[in-house]
Amino acid sequence: MDKALKMTIRDLNFYYGDSRALHDISLDFCPYEVTALIGPSGCGKSTLLRCLNRMNDLIPHSRVEGQIFLDDQDIYDPNVDVVALRRDIGMVFQKPNPFPKSIFENVAYGLRVNGMKNKAFVAERVEKSLQEAALWEEVKDRLYESALGLSGGQQQRLCIARAMAVEPEVLLMDEPASALDPIATQKIEELIHKLKKTYTIIIVTHNMQQAARVSDVTAFFYLGKLIEVDKTETIFTRPSLKQTSDYITGRFG
Amino acid sequence: MNESSVAHVDCGATAFPESEKAHKEKRIAPGIRAHRRLFQSFVFWFFRLSAAVNGIALLIIVYFLVARGWRAINWTFLTQPPLEAMTKGGILPCIVGTLCLSIGALLVALPIGVASAIYLHEYAHPGRLLRLIRLGINNLAGVPSVIFGLFGLAFFVVWLDFGVSILSGALTLGAMTLPVIIGASEEALRSVPDTYREASLGLGATKWQTIYRVVLPAALPGILTGAILGLSRAAGETAPIMFTAAVFYSPSLPSSLFDEIMALPYHIYVLATAGTEIEATRHLQYGTALVLIVLVLGLNLVAIFYRARLRRRM
Repeated sequence: MDKALKMTIRDLNFYYGDSRALHDISLDFCPYEVTALIGPSGCGKSTLLRCLNRMNDLIPHSRVEGQIFLDDQDIYDPNVDVVALRRDIGMVFQKPNPFPKSIFENVAYGLRVNGMKNKAFVAERVEKSLQEAALWEEVKDRLYESALGLSGGQQQRLCIARAMAVEPEVLLMDEPASALDPIATQKIEELIHKLKKTYTIIIVTHNMQQAARVSDVTAFFYLGKLIEVDKTETIFTRPSLKQTSDYITGRFG
Repeated sequence: MNESSVAHVDCGATAFPESEKAHKEKRIAPGIRAHRRLFQSFVFWFFRLSAAVNGIALLIIVYFLVARGWRAINWTFLTQPPLEAMTKGGILPCIVGTLCLSIGALLVALPIGVASAIYLHEYAHPGRLLRLIRLGINNLAGVPSVIFGLFGLAFFVVWLDFGVSILSGALTLGAMTLPVIIGASEEALRSVPDTYREASLGLGATKWQTIYRVVLPAALPGILTGAILGLSRAAGETAPIMFTAAVFYSPSLPSSLFDEIMALPYHIYVLATAGTEIEATRHLQYGTALVLIVLVLGLNLVAIFYRARLRRRM
């Protein structure tokens, strides 16, 4: 009855230097589901997201206590190859950040750095990723032009295609539509619906309506603590805690 | 009030109420306004003139060189070695020598400089070692060029026994150009947004792959700017090459790295101060100087062209 959990966080504490940003977080993520992390600014949701693929390792003087499991492997285990981990957990950032290269080279980048030399395979995978990201039709005639010439929404879909090209198992999205106009945002949300079938998606969003639209499970954070987590429908209609319902209804945040 | 076709919300205010009139007059009193405008124009003209001084200085230099040196420029001058105690013939060996030295200096300074910049910006942890290295680089930048010449003499010419040669000269000039390259390269690396590095690492690339595939290509225009600056410096310096590579007269063009060579800046120096026919060769001195400037300009243009091509591709 219970499918195996894709990712699990157990008693996670995160420190920037001496200041504690995340307090005893425990959270489960089911496969092929979209989990939204919501909460006011500074509540730690982006920090938590970046812990999931160890991007916070790049921050000097940062410290992690606790465990995060991908399938049943602790990703903070000293034997883990971080580089390989990041292949399995992809990330899309808030502001679209395509490389100053051609559209093709952007999507092919992940494959190339992971050692794929077969040209036909790369070309095939690039096309597949761009189609999955609903971008193929728009760019198929200008694959070798600079990616920086695309619109903001197209760039973000390119970044999603780029992340998917290495076929990760989990996709982390840090406010992927916050820098985009409403129409581009809608396209991204439709894309997330489609991608749910193949990936486990964890999305941080400021926009509560967006969380309600795209996610299956919603987790509410405040000041580095996990306040409540439940099915999205429940969180937005019958939250258990007053703090949650205050935030949902816009009383603060 | 007439009925207006534009919707508006009545906030209770009216246009130009009588009580505001005195206030307004103070704000636009003609005396004060004119005084401020005058001061502003004065300051702007000062800025414009300062900027113009750059262009004017360059024009004056070029004018003098052209006016006094153009008579010396002809095909013989550019392609023949000097004859009859430098009063006749050409400066071909000097041109070849300066080209060898500048390109040699760049071959030494560019790889070491860019590698240093990468280490300093991408790998080094803040701490005492890093501060020491930066101190060293900054001080290296301030060392007078003649001291580089003496260093080159003592170290490359004598101690390593390279002798007075292209090799010694290029190494000495390279050491001198190093801080310029490091500075420009670090600046270029700093200007590459961190978000590219994060995106690359997030896709499962190693740090070196990120630098090699994303950061360096993006920083290349800035690095090339540094190379241009370094090249220009190296081509025109006299003191570092005086003791390490340049000779007043060499009977043939260089055939190996260990040969001594003639060089444009040194040639000008000797002709103007110690040669036997200072006045007679005056036009040759200016001609040589003109050739040097054109050479530097030419090298700059090649690098600028290549940099523009890179920028367009991005």
